[in-house]
Amino acid sequence: AARMFLRLLSDVRWRAANPKWRRMTCSRRSTSSTPEPHPVSLPAQAQVVICGGGIMGTSVAYHLSKMGWKDIVLLEQGRLAAGTTRFCAGIVSTARPVSIELKMADYSNKLYQQLEQETGVNTGYTKTGSISLAQTQDRLISLKRIASSLNVMGIPCEIITPKQVAQLHPLINIHDLVGAMYVPGDALVSSANVSLALATAASRNGVQIHERTSVSHVAVQNGRVTTVETDRGQINCEYFVNCAGQWAYELGHSGKEPVNIPLHACEHFYLLTHPLKEPLASNVPTIVDPDGRIYIRNWQGGILSGGFEKNPKPLFTEGRNQLEIHNLQEDWDHFEPLLSSLLRRMPDLEALQIMQLVNCPESFTPDMRCIMGESPTVRGYFVLAGMNSAGISYGGGAGKYLAEWMVNGYPSENVWPLDLKRFGTLQSSRTFLRHRVMEVMPLMCDLKVPRWDFQTGRQLRTSPLYDRLDAQGARWMEKHGFERVKYFVPPGKDLLDLEQSKTFYKPDWFDIVGSEVKCCKEAVCVIDMSSFTKFEISSTGDQALESLQYLFSNDLDVPVGHVVHTGMLNEKGGYENDCSIARLSKRSFFMISPTDQQVHCWAWLKNRLPDNSNVTMEDVTWKYTALNLIGPRAVDVLSELSYAPITPEHFPSLFCKEMSVGYANGIRVMSITHTGEPGFVLYIPIEYALHVYNEVMNMGQKYGIRNAGYYALRSLRIEKFFAFWGQDLDAFTTPMECGREFQVKLEKGMEFVGQEALLEQKQNGVYKRFTMFILEDHDTDTDLWPWWGEPIFRNGRYVGKTTSSAYSYTLERHVCLGFVQHFDEKTGEELVVTTDFVNQGDYEIDIAGQRFQAKAKLYPFSSLFAQRRRKDEEELSGYQRE
Amino acid sequence: FYLTPPQVNSILKANEYSFKVPEFDGKNVSSVLGFDSNQLPANAPIEDRRSAATCLQTRGMLLGVFDGHAGCACAQAVSERLFYYIAVSLLPHETLLEIENAVESGRALLPILQWHKHPNDYFSKEASKLYFNSLRTYWQELIDLNSGETTDVKEALINAFKRLDNDISLEAQVGDPNSFLNYLVLRVAFSGATACVAHVDGVDLHIANTGDSRAMLGVQEEDGSWSALNLSYDHNAQNVHEVERVKMEHPKSEEKNVVKQDRLLGLLMPFRAFGDVKFKWSIELQKRVIESGPDQLNENEYTKFIPPNYHTPPYLTAEPEVIYHKLRPQDKFLVLATDGLWETMHRQDVARIVGEYLTGVHHQQPIAVGGYKVTLGQMHGLLTERRAKISSVFEDQNAATHLIRHAVGNNEFGTVDHERLSKMLSLPEELARMYRDDMTIIVVQFNSHVIGACQNEE
Repeated sequence: AARMFLRLLSDVRWRAANPKWRRMTCSRRSTSSTPEPHPVSLPAQAQVVICGGGIMGTSVAYHLSKMGWKDIVLLEQGRLAAGTTRFCAGIVSTARPVSIELKMADYSNKLYQQLEQETGVNTGYTKTGSISLAQTQDRLISLKRIASSLNVMGIPCEIITPKQVAQLHPLINIHDLVGAMYVPGDALVSSANVSLALATAASRNGVQIHERTSVSHVAVQNGRVTTVETDRGQINCEYFVNCAGQWAYELGHSGKEPVNIPLHACEHFYLLTHPLKEPLASNVPTIVDPDGRIYIRNWQGGILSGGFEKNPKPLFTEGRNQLEIHNLQEDWDHFEPLLSSLLRRMPDLEALQIMQLVNCPESFTPDMRCIMGESPTVRGYFVLAGMNSAGISYGGGAGKYLAEWMVNGYPSENVWPLDLKRFGTLQSSRTFLRHRVMEVMPLMCDLKVPRWDFQTGRQLRTSPLYDRLDAQGARWMEKHGFERVKYFVPPGKDLLDLEQSKTFYKPDWFDIVGSEVKCCKEAVCVIDMSSFTKFEISSTGDQALESLQYLFSNDLDVPVGHVVHTGMLNEKGGYENDCSIARLSKRSFFMISPTDQQVHCWAWLKNRLPDNSNVTMEDVTWKYTALNLIGPRAVDVLSELSYAPITPEHFPSLFCKEMSVGYANGIRVMSITHTGEPGFVLYIPIEYALHVYNEVMNMGQKYGIRNAGYYALRSLRIEKFFAFWGQDLDAFTTPMECGREFQVKLEKGMEFVGQEALLEQKQNGVYKRFTMFILEDHDTDTDLWPWWGEPIFRNGRYVGKTTSSAYSYTLERHVCLGFVQHFDEKTGEELVVTTDFVNQGDYEIDIAGQRFQAKAKLYPFSSLFAQRRRKDEEELSGYQRE
Repeated sequence: FYLTPPQVNSILKANEYSFKVPEFDGKNVSSVLGFDSNQLPANAPIEDRRSAATCLQTRGMLLGVFDGHAGCACAQAVSERLFYYIAVSLLPHETLLEIENAVESGRALLPILQWHKHPNDYFSKEASKLYFNSLRTYWQELIDLNSGETTDVKEALINAFKRLDNDISLEAQVGDPNSFLNYLVLRVAFSGATACVAHVDGVDLHIANTGDSRAMLGVQEEDGSWSALNLSYDHNAQNVHEVERVKMEHPKSEEKNVVKQDRLLGLLMPFRAFGDVKFKWSIELQKRVIESGPDQLNENEYTKFIPPNYHTPPYLTAEPEVIYHKLRPQDKFLVLATDGLWETMHRQDVARIVGEYLTGVHHQQPIAVGGYKVTLGQMHGLLTERRAKISSVFEDQNAATHLIRHAVGNNEFGTVDHERLSKMLSLPEELARMYRDDMTIIVVQFNSHVIGACQNEE
C-alpha cells in the first residue's frame, strides 16, 4: 500500500521536462541508498544556490527565474518534492487570520490554478472549496472575523448555517454545529506535482537542478556568503537560499558562522482510506473542524483526514536523512482521539476500509508564523522555511516575496511578521523549540482570542525586579523572550483561569486596568519597561553624528541632553524602526527602540555604518533597567529623591540628564513617558534597580504611587493617538502618512535615507492616512471588542484596516487606530488621501461582520484631557512602542 | 455494602511504598532502578513484614519479605535484624575491626545500612539494646575467626540466617531481667517466620529463601512477551526434595509422622522457618523455659502444647536455600512475595501483569494495518479498548499495588472486576482470613542498560 501511495501522489510526466535537467537515476521507485552516477557535474559558480527541492525551494527558483535571474542552481539531497512536500495533504486554504499569510495563500491559489496550463505538468488542481466548522459561538466569531477580512480582499466567502453545510457535503453530521464559513475558491492539489511543475518551469527558464546532492555547509567571508560546500564539490555564489524545511535548523548551524533558524519538526499523522462504496465526488468541499482538531478532504473517492492533536510528538532531525524520516512509524494509539473526532463528524465512515496512516513530519516555529528573509549576521544568506503545516498554501506567495526580496531588496508587501530577524539567538535553544512547538502545534486548532500569550518557553529574560513585581500580583506577557507586566491583580482579587478568561468580549481585567489608568492620570504609576532595545553609538570624531544624520530622518545635531524622536527609514521613506535617541555627549548617542528591534535594528545599522570607521555600536539592553514614572506627581517623586530641581524650566520635556536617585548615582533620566502623559523614564544600571525601585515606591507612597502594566500604557497611548512600530507602523508606512512630518527634517542640511521619497510625498500627497476612530454605538459591556485587522468602511465602501485598538477610560469609548485609503470607485485605483477626504466621510468599523459607527480624527483630543501637562507638541504626537 | 473506587484505592494504597535509586550512588551506577512494595492485611494485625535497605559498607541492596505465623513477633524481629546479620557477614575484616573499635571507644559507628521504610514499618525501641549486643557478639566472633578469605555472598547469607535464628533461640533461653523484654524474646522464639531475601549487587543476584515465600524474575522475551523464572523453591510439602530432606534427617521409624497432611508433624506448613522453637527445642527445654517464663506464656495453650510424635528434634531449620542468578538485559524485574500472592495467582500471570505495567503503553505492541482489511469503525473499537486498558494501568503508581489489585480483584477473564474487589476488601476481619492471606509484595525494577553495559565489559 505504501508503494502504491507514493506513486499516486507524485505521478508526473517527466518527459515534459527540459533536456537541461537530467534525472540522476533511471529507476524512480528505487529506494536503495547506494549513490548512482551523476551525469551532470556541478557548476563551479552560480549567482544563487538554493538548497531544498520541496515546494519552497522550487517556488523560489520559479519566481527568481521569472524575475529575470538566470544563474541559479537548485540542490536537493534526495529527490525533488520528496520531503514534507511529497506527503503533505495538498489543501490550499486561504482562511488565514494574519493578513500577510492570507495574501500569500491567495496568490498561491491563483498561481497553482494556471500552473498546469503554463507547464504542462498535471498538478491535480481541483477547486473544491472549504468549509470551516464552528461547534461554539466563540469559534463562529473567529470565523466571522476571518470572513470579514477575506471579503474585503475580494475573496468570496460566506458564513453559512449548519443546514447549508449538510447541503454542501453528503456525509457530515451537523447536530453539534452552530455555523460554518464557506470559502468556495479553496482548492486541492497534488503538492508534489505542484512542486515539480514549478521546477519544470524554472528549469525551462535556465535554473539548473541537481538531485542527490546534499549541502554540508555554507562558507562565509567578511559577513557574506561565498561558497556552498556539497558532497559533490563546491559552488561559489553570491546568494544562498536555505529552503531545507525540517533540516533548515541544522543546516543553519552547520557553518562556522551560524544562522539561527528557529524551527522544530513534529510528527503529523493523517489517514488515507479506500474509496467509499459510492465514491465521493471530486469537487466535494474540504472540511476543517478546528474544534474537533481535524481536516477531511476527498482523496480518490475515499477520504484523507488528519489533525493537530493536543499532545504532539516532536521529532529530532539531527543526523537523520530523508529516508529515515520517511520510515517513521504509524502510531494508531496516538491517532485515536483524531479518529474518534472523525467518526463523530462523519459517522457513516465506520465501514470505510483503511488504506494507510501516514506519518508526515511538519516544521513549526516559535510564533506559528513562517520564517523568511535574510540572515541578520550573514549577508546573502536567505531563508524560507517553517511553514507550520501550511506549506502548500503559502508556497507560491512565500516564494514570490522571497524572490522579490532578493531581486528588489524588499518584498512588495510588509513581511515583518514573517521576517527571520524577529528572532534572535535566544529562540534557538533546542529545548526552547521543543517545548514551544509542543504548544504551537495544538494551537493550530485552538481558538485564538485577543491578547493570548504563549505559555511555554517563558521567564527567559526578566528584569531584576521580576520577583518583586510578581509578588505584588503582576500578571505577565512575553515579547522577544522578555517578561513584561500586563497588569497587577490587587490583593484579594482573583481573575479567571487562563482557559476561561478567553473571550472576544469585555475581559475580566477591565476594572483593574481602569484603576491603573486612573492612577496614571491623577497621581503617579511606575511601569517596568526594561525590555526595550538599547544601543549606545559613539565615535572618536564626528562620524557617529554624521552616520546617524544619514540613517535617521530627524535632526540629531541637537544640544547635548536633548532627546529626539525619529524614524529609521528605508529608501521608500518607510519605517524600519521608530526610536528615541538621546545625545549623551557630542560624540555619543543613546538609542531606544522597541523590544523586537534588537536583531533587526542591529543588522540594519551594522550593514549601513561605514566599514572600518571608528563608529562603535554596543547593545546595552541588558545593562539597564527602565522604570517609567507616569503621571502628574512623577515630578514630585523624582525631585524628592534626587534633591535636584525638576521643574519644567530645569527639566523640560524631551530632555535627558544623569542624576542620582537615592544612594544610586548615574541614573539616566529622560523626560518622556511614551504615553503623552507627563513623567520620566529612569534608565538604571541593573545593580541599582532594586534600590531605586524601593526608593521610588517608598517616596511615592504619599503621592499615591502604584505599579501598573502594559495594558494601562496601551490604553493611554492609543487614546493619545500614538502609533506603535510593528503594529501600526511598518516598512511601508512613512512619517507623512501618520502625521509625523514634524519628526522629519527635510532641510537638515544633509541627505538622509528616504529623503527623496518623503519629498515626493510632500509634493504629491499620500495614499494612506493614519486615522483615529472613536466607536460611537458600541456597548463595551455587551458588544464584541475590536482587536486589530478590522475592515474600515467609509460611506459604505472599504477603505482600509485597523492596526490596533484599546478602550479609552477617559473617553469611555473604544478607540481604533488604522489607515484610510482612497480607492477609485470605478477602477479601484489608489488615489491621494487628503485631509478633507478623511474628515468628510461616515465611517464604520466591521467587527466579525457587525458594523459599528465611528468618528474619524486625524489629531488627538488635546482639549479633552484637561490635565496639567507640560505642553509639548512633539511629545504629544511622539511615538509609542510596546 | 459497597466500596466506591476511591475507597478501594485508599485501602489498596495505604501501605504502598516506592523507592527510586539515585542514578549514581557515589560508588557505582546501580543495576536497580528502584522498587515498589505494598502489603494487604488479612489478619489483624498483619503477620507479614517487609524490609529493604542499601548496604553502605559493601555494595548491594537487600530486599526481603517475611511471613509470620502464630503471631507477628518473630517476623517483626527478623525484619529488623536479619539485614544487619547479612551486612555484618559481608563486611571485610578491617571494617569489622573499625566498627568494634568505635563501639569500644564510644565513637560514632559507621552506618551499615540505609533503610527504605514505609512509615508503618517500625523497629522495636525496647529491644534495640538487646539486639545490638547479640549482633556485636556475632561480629566479635567473626573478628576472632578471621579467615582472611574474601566473603562469599552465598556463605554470608547462610551464616546470617542461621546465626540470627540461633540468637533468637538463645535469647529466649537466657531470658531478660526486664519482664517486657523477657516476654518479647519468648514470643519471638515461640512464633515463627519465613524469609525470602534478595541481595543485588551489579549483575549478581542472590536469593536466600527459608519457607514458602517466593522470588520470581520477570523476563522479557525477544518478541516482547513476558515469562517468569523462579529463583526460589518453596519449602513445603509440595516440594519433593524438601519432603525427602526432612525425612532423611530423622529415623526411619518417624517417616510416616514427620510429614502428615502436607504439614510438618501434621502441624506446620512451611518446612523451614525462623523461631518456632516448639519444633526445634527438646521437650525438656521447652517445658523448663515455659515454666520459668511469665504467666502469659504459661496460660497460652499453643505454647504449652507439644507436637505429637516429637522424638528427635530439631525438626525445623532456618537455613536458607541460596540461588545465584547472573542478571541479563532481558531480566526486567524481580518479584518477592509472601504466599498470599502465589496462592491466588500463577507466576506467569504475575510476570505478564507487572511487565505490562512497568513498560506501560510504550511497549504495548504497536498496531499496524499492513495488508489487512480494517475499517475505521473496527480500528476505533480496537483503539478505545487499548486506551481503557492503559488507563487502568495508570490508576496505580506502584507496581505492587497494581499486582494486589489484580490478585484480589481478577475475575475469570483475567481483568480487574471492581465489584469483586470491593467485596473482597470489605469482608469483616474475622472472615477475611478465610478468603485470602496476608499479602506482601516487593517489585524490584532493573536497569537493563547498566546490566547490558556490565555484561559487555566482561
